[in-house]
Amino acid sequence: MIWEIIAACALVTALIKGIGPFALGGRDLSPRVIGVVTLLAPALLAALVVTQALADGEQVGIGEDTAGVAAAGVALWRGASIMVTVAVAAGVTAGLRAI
Amino acid sequence: MKAGVPYAIAGSALSISFGVLAREAGFSAVAAIVMSAIVFAGSAQFTVVSIIAAGGGFGAAVSAAALMNSRFLPMGIALGPSLAGGRWSRAAQGQTVVDASWAMANQGEGRFDRWFLFGATSVQYVSWVGGTVIGALGGSVIGDPDRLGLDAVYPAFFLALLVSELRDRRSRGVALAGSVIALALVPIAPAGVPVLAASAAAIIGLRPGPEPAAVLPVTDGAEDGR
Repeated sequence: MIWEIIAACALVTALIKGIGPFALGGRDLSPRVIGVVTLLAPALLAALVVTQALADGEQVGIGEDTAGVAAAGVALWRGASIMVTVAVAAGVTAGLRAI
Repeated sequence: MKAGVPYAIAGSALSISFGVLAREAGFSAVAAIVMSAIVFAGSAQFTVVSIIAAGGGFGAAVSAAALMNSRFLPMGIALGPSLAGGRWSRAAQGQTVVDASWAMANQGEGRFDRWFLFGATSVQYVSWVGGTVIGALGGSVIGDPDRLGLDAVYPAFFLALLVSELRDRRSRGVALAGSVIALALVPIAPAGVPVLAASAAAIIGLRPGPEPAAVLPVTDGAEDGR
């Protein structure tokens, strides 16, 4: 059954990724829709950050990784580069778990 | 392609752990590698493996993967007008959407740099599949990925990308609303739905906003802090 699941997941993923560009074809979005599209990135990125940092399954809570991501936020605010930021996140999380 | 390298490095660590977990869930090494090669969606792959490990079936696994990847639907619509060629060609180009590449290729005002997207994704694809090969064949050389704090790596990346998107008051408000929607849905909705639903916060964009300041030709948002 594993192979059927893999094939179905590949198909579904390709469909989800392809359907927008396929349906739009060469058409442009209207200016109002562009207004929405412009704001999709902050909405989706913020949701990815909070769900990955705060959710564990169906529970919302603070864990070591939450502290790591918060430390990354401080690093960013202090002007750290992206690689330093990520290293801080992993380092703080791993450090807290080691204690 | 260079912009994709940090994500590729992080991705290879995660895909090694995917390879290990998939073997433990009963995947053959070939099945784990093929899955990374043809599905190429980390969060969905981890979800499927954990469902199979817990004894779940075909319907549960595939629908969870679909929900997990549902955020690519609005991303694909946003990207569509920036692609070129016929419908099938555009659908094929849409396959290169992954979170980080999509966000970095976003130039604002609904435009995306498609070659940037292809380049940034291609290095991540190679490292994702390569990492899975190592994990699936080499076993648990890396140990428990959580012990290394790797689960904080992706949210930290996304946070950095988010900061570069917060250009004005409106985008900050939308980011806040998106976070609240996602967190509110976590306890009640299946995994993947909270992130998809957060895109509803962008609907405020239907209202004409303040004229945006001159658009900067930003491709890598990392330095564009304001």
